Amino acid sequence: MQAHQRMLDPTSKGPHSGEFPLLQTAGLTKRYGDFLANDSIDIDVWPKEIHALLGENGAGKSTLVKAIYGLIQPSAGEIRWQGERINLSGPSDARRRGIGMVFQHFSLFDNLTVAENVALGLDGRESFKDMSARLEQVSKTYGLPLDPRREVWQLSVGERQRIEIVRALMQDPKFLILDEPTAVLTPQEADQLFIVLERLKAEGRAILYISHKLEEVKRLCDTATILRGGRKVATCNPRLETAASLARMMVGSEIKEVKAASARKSTVPRLVVNDLSLAPGEAHGVRLKHISFELKGGEILGIAGVAGNGQDELFAALSGERLSKDPGTVVIEGIAAGHLSITQRRKLGAAFVPEERLGHGTAPRMKLSENALLTGHAASGMVHRGFIDNAATLKTVDRATETFDVRKAKRDPEAASLSGGNLQKFIVGREILRNPAVLVVSQPTWGVDAGAAAVIRQALLDLATAGAAVLVTSQDLDELTEIADRIAVMFHGKLSAPLAVSEASREKLGLLMGGSSLEPREAAHAVGA
Amino acid sequence: MELVEAIILAVLAASTPLLIAATGELVTERSGVLNLGVEGMMIVGAACGFAGAWLTGSILIGALFGIVAGTMMSLIFALMALGLAVNQVATGLALTILGVGLSGLIGAGFVGERITPAVHLFIPGLTDIPLVGRVLFGEDGFVYVSIALVVGVWWFLYRTRAGLVLRACGDNHVSAHALGYPVLRIRTFAVMFGGACAGLAGAYLPLAYTPFFIPGMTAGRGWIALALVVFSSWRPGRLVVGAYLFGAVTILQLHAQGWGVGIPSQFMSALPYLATVIVLVLLSRARSGGSTAPAALGTVFVPDR
Repeated sequence: MQAHQRMLDPTSKGPHSGEFPLLQTAGLTKRYGDFLANDSIDIDVWPKEIHALLGENGAGKSTLVKAIYGLIQPSAGEIRWQGERINLSGPSDARRRGIGMVFQHFSLFDNLTVAENVALGLDGRESFKDMSARLEQVSKTYGLPLDPRREVWQLSVGERQRIEIVRALMQDPKFLILDEPTAVLTPQEADQLFIVLERLKAEGRAILYISHKLEEVKRLCDTATILRGGRKVATCNPRLETAASLARMMVGSEIKEVKAASARKSTVPRLVVNDLSLAPGEAHGVRLKHISFELKGGEILGIAGVAGNGQDELFAALSGERLSKDPGTVVIEGIAAGHLSITQRRKLGAAFVPEERLGHGTAPRMKLSENALLTGHAASGMVHRGFIDNAATLKTVDRATETFDVRKAKRDPEAASLSGGNLQKFIVGREILRNPAVLVVSQPTWGVDAGAAAVIRQALLDLATAGAAVLVTSQDLDELTEIADRIAVMFHGKLSAPLAVSEASREKLGLLMGGSSLEPREAAHAVGA
Repeated sequence: MELVEAIILAVLAASTPLLIAATGELVTERSGVLNLGVEGMMIVGAACGFAGAWLTGSILIGALFGIVAGTMMSLIFALMALGLAVNQVATGLALTILGVGLSGLIGAGFVGERITPAVHLFIPGLTDIPLVGRVLFGEDGFVYVSIALVVGVWWFLYRTRAGLVLRACGDNHVSAHALGYPVLRIRTFAVMFGGACAGLAGAYLPLAYTPFFIPGMTAGRGWIALALVVFSSWRPGRLVVGAYLFGAVTILQLHAQGWGVGIPSQFMSALPYLATVIVLVLLSRARSGGSTAPAALGTVFVPDR
């Protein structure tokens, strides 16, 4: 096994200066009970290198970087820093040696200020005042503007990431780990980030870059290590590979291409939203402002946008989790439904798949059959005179399992025991099997492995082909351009006019996601009027 | 004049146990832990405090007994809610029930005994100043300690790095853990501080407020202290205002009864509790913008290792 991996590893005798890699793991293994999250992983990262770590969800990327950052102790194997074996006692130990980390799910504190957040990531040997001064200096040097006195909850996702990066840079790290940094950025924001990363590389630092956006990796990274099922599959130069060959190594098999059926009939509008405005329901929420769109049968409308621009609020208003005073703001199948409850909307033929799988989409500790009942009770004949028809609920589970290839340990397990991709296939399947006229789905493939994502996207396309109206909210522009007919962008609670997918270039969408208008003259006119 | 001075003194005396207990609970909750056992920790502090003072004849040792007793009680809570990740609300309620029973057991032998209460400060010249002299320079030691405690906690929370880390744990324990802070250890210290304060607040009652012990003498003050923390929206400055406000309502209802105001005394006794409810309602209605409560308050945290 070891020999095999060395053979695949061209960097071990690569054209690098210096004798030792900056950071090296040798046979690094992390075991949780019977489960091997990392199985004997060897990687070498050299100075002046942007090293990609590729893999599906659950491949072991997060476990590996947590071990390198000292958050977890490896069960076996070792970490070498500049050729010397080290045992990290914790993240502060890692930081002291020069290892920094930018987390995917930001490790920020919403109700503290920017400066306080940065201070918490440092070791506190300088006064708060000196630290604030240095913060301003670092953010200026790298072109990452920040107001140290603002509280984090007031900031956009891009700004939050800037805090993380500045916090890591203030430790002057030799080695920086970035965990899916572009997942929440607009294309323009991502470009700015790449400039910063290239500069860090030029300064002689090494970067371990976790991503599953393959084009990005090909553009930015010098080396890529690919993990699958907790094992290292290969180390390669991503510039010499194609996105398809990288994907094949990640997944271990070919991914089915999603195909749209050729002729789609556009008929009557099945979901209409008229001038929907809604005050936020909770602290830190977004106000929806005059949202209007029309969705015909057989059509998929994509809603793009950086997270936290009102997508959650729009979903709540459409699903009936929040009601609007004016019934005419949401029209389902020609019936004013703005004031109707979730169940009443389901009876009109609508179905909803929220972003959060556990806790919102399903009750985690309930069986799949019970979860099928929770959304199907109104309109699927699972309840007779107030009694549950167990055979019918189980049948729904079986049908979803067969149709959407849900893999599970037993016939009717608890929702929480399924992997993210399988649970999402079940949830989408549960709704699609009800033959909805309108399907509203939020982040259908968030954190789902590529194979399951393809199944889900195909299911959405097939549903639209069968004549349903489908509304998809996603942060993944590639996903939207793949399946949607039109794409609109949410920004600060407003929805742009939808663009036909043929006209929706990444640049245009990126501008809209950043709040710019595509027709500056018209916008100026509107302000004047 | 005499009456106004007497009322102010009485208000301060009634407010002090609320202020001390609430300050401790504020620190606990700022670290993200909701300990509903304040009443239980207070009453055990009262029983042990009285026992300590009666056995040794020293108010100071009595107070120390109260502090240690409150801390021990809070350690039970820490073991359950932090160590074993049991539901915090249930653990806190159980702690109060345990405390009420335990204090009756400890204090059974002391019911009917008397001690010499804590002496009041006397500075010749200053204490004799009319109206303000006794209020400012003639209090018992507990009152000064309570003020120092709030100022100290404010300084700790907003001016020290340790305070920042504690607030960070209360805001987002996952992030705090990811940055390498020992969340559970920090929370344990915060819970212990809360217990020590509750114990001291409880001990104040038989050592300074009334010089004897009766079972159940905390009479719901622990619950008021909990409400005060919410009332203050977790800020020490507002906590002082709240504590004195509630102390004032308690005393005024006594005087109102004395003046023969034609309202049933039961209603007047209920007034502080009613005020608590009204303030909580008003506060929750007026809330806007950033979240006021520590975001991780009352949630269980189990670090992965």
